[in-house]
Amino acid sequence: MKYDTVIIGAGMSGLSAGVRLAYFEKSVCILERHTTIGGLNSFYRLRDRNYDVGLHAITNYAEPGTKAGPLSKLLRQLRMRWEDFDLRPQLQSKVAFPGCVLNFTNDFNCLLNGIAEAFPKQIDGFCRLLEKINEHDALDLNRKSVSARKVLSEHISDPVLIDMLFCPLMFYGSATPRDMDFSQFVIMFKSIFYEGFGRPFDGIRRILKQLVRHFKSLGGHLKLRAGVQEIVQRNGQANSVILDDGTEIEAKNVLSSAGAAETMRMVDPTQPVSRPSPGNISFVESISVLDCEPSDLGHNETIVFFNDADKFHYERPNAPVDLRSGIICSPNNFDYSRPLEDGRVRITALADPEYWISLSEEDYQLRKMEWNDRIIEVAMNHIPDFRGHVLDTDVFTPRTIRRFTGHDNGCVYGAPRKFVDGQTSVDNLYLCGTDQGFLGIVGAMLSGITIANRYLLK
Amino acid sequence: MTGEEIRQVVLDILERIAPDEDLSGLDDAMAFREQMELDSMDFLDIVMELRKAYRIQIPEDEYEHLTTMATTVAYLEPRLKDVPVAG
Ligand SMILES: Cc1cc2nc3c(=O)[nH]c(=O)nc-3n(C[C@H](O)[C@H](O)[C@H](O)COP(=O)(O)OP(=O)(O)OC[C@H]3O[C@@H](n4cnc5c(N)ncnc54)[C@H](O)[C@@H]3O)c2cc1C
Repeated sequence: MKYDTVIIGAGMSGLSAGVRLAYFEKSVCILERHTTIGGLNSFYRLRDRNYDVGLHAITNYAEPGTKAGPLSKLLRQLRMRWEDFDLRPQLQSKVAFPGCVLNFTNDFNCLLNGIAEAFPKQIDGFCRLLEKINEHDALDLNRKSVSARKVLSEHISDPVLIDMLFCPLMFYGSATPRDMDFSQFVIMFKSIFYEGFGRPFDGIRRILKQLVRHFKSLGGHLKLRAGVQEIVQRNGQANSVILDDGTEIEAKNVLSSAGAAETMRMVDPTQPVSRPSPGNISFVESISVLDCEPSDLGHNETIVFFNDADKFHYERPNAPVDLRSGIICSPNNFDYSRPLEDGRVRITALADPEYWISLSEEDYQLRKMEWNDRIIEVAMNHIPDFRGHVLDTDVFTPRTIRRFTGHDNGCVYGAPRKFVDGQTSVDNLYLCGTDQGFLGIVGAMLSGITIANRYLLK
Repeated sequence: MTGEEIRQVVLDILERIAPDEDLSGLDDAMAFREQMELDSMDFLDIVMELRKAYRIQIPEDEYEHLTTMATTVAYLEPRLKDVPVAG
């Protein structure tokens, strides 16, 4: 049989695109190399406990029933219900820099008042920046790239405030070091500061399972352990894909969420010079399971974005891990009606992919534990000492991300250069997800939907 | 289908696309967009849902007929008059 569309990757973007296509009766098959779904945001079981791969928080929070905004848009497009996602709002988060803290919640006024208090001279400029953000059409697929640092410096003169605004937005959605494209800045600003954070009680598995159930009930096919080795062209058109085990699957269109460089390598494995280059922003994450809730120790924040240096550095570090800044997330600190099974603290910091990927297996295990301790040590500036309460620990690195998602360099936000219109040099081969340009969980889902609508529902 | 049946079909589609909207007070003479949060993505979905359920192709330059409930029903009536309501 020849499918209307074959989708490479069962992550957030591929599954969402699949739902759209299957809902409108296109024959569609999602091919996933890994043994499970989810990609960069999957879930696993380790020593009898459930873990999420990535999930700190889902951005773009909205109260159930809200009629506008990205979350409502994607639920409508997928014909899913608010209950399917079961999102609970965050308690409160903060950006903590030396001598200065800005709190924020899902109510934007909290941040606004905080800035007025901590940066009284900057508040007028900040309000002008808000006007600029509000009138910017960040979803214009034909947009031109503008430096966000340049735009911010036209409105705000205090470099500390600029860095404090960039810190969470870069950590949660910048593929580029040091600066962001202004449109991406606007998307992230709205999704984190205007809309805020939420999390399903059961974590990401809740959303993934609903998506897959929905996709299958609409007649979509999903094949796991089905890595695509090659995209075969005939007369300049993608015509079929060949799997790792040699099976050939024919399709009228191919939609790939594997990344731009990774996808073009499937088209032409002989390394053409013009191949897009992958990014190199990646992270190490330390996950501690506690015998109590973080709040029992006095830690009530949902997420803390910290930076202990004079300036905030968002770039590939020269050390295995950049200990100057990071993210501390407590999945327990959302507004649930009952407590989670156990206490959790996740600490994330920038890491050098090359270092982690090139270690020998034995060395790798050792270094992982060593850096885990060091990451936790620096986080102690921002969270009460929980080390006496740790029941279990897991650590992942760029190497883990590469192994399970196939992204070069274990890169989380994809290549610095995005393919916003989703097109490639091959006519009927499209990109969605990370390298198309909408980042994060909600971004990836919208990306799959947008590209499916634009090219594959005709 | 009669005009009344077509109206119900369109209502069901709107209900599916925008489940958070209260459609009970929908004014047939007023543009959908003025009464509910419908963006261009949702609007396209009305066309696609009609295609899915009734195999009716609506060319892009005729979308303007789908502005209000009244104009939509008027546009669809001759095209769906011999088509039974889908189960
Ligand atoms: C540690 C971590 C924490 C994160 N935390 C958050 C968070 O808190 N909030 C948030 O919004 N976002 C978070 N993100 C980002 C978010 O997870 C991603 O932006 C999103 O999941 C990307 O989805 P995607 O569909 O674009 O790509 P992916 O999830 O990477 O999907 C691509 C899929 O393609 C498969 N694949 C690749 N090559 C092939 C091939 N040749 N054949 C078959 N299959 C193939 C991969 O296995 C993968 O499943 C986090 C990411 C990480 C890594």
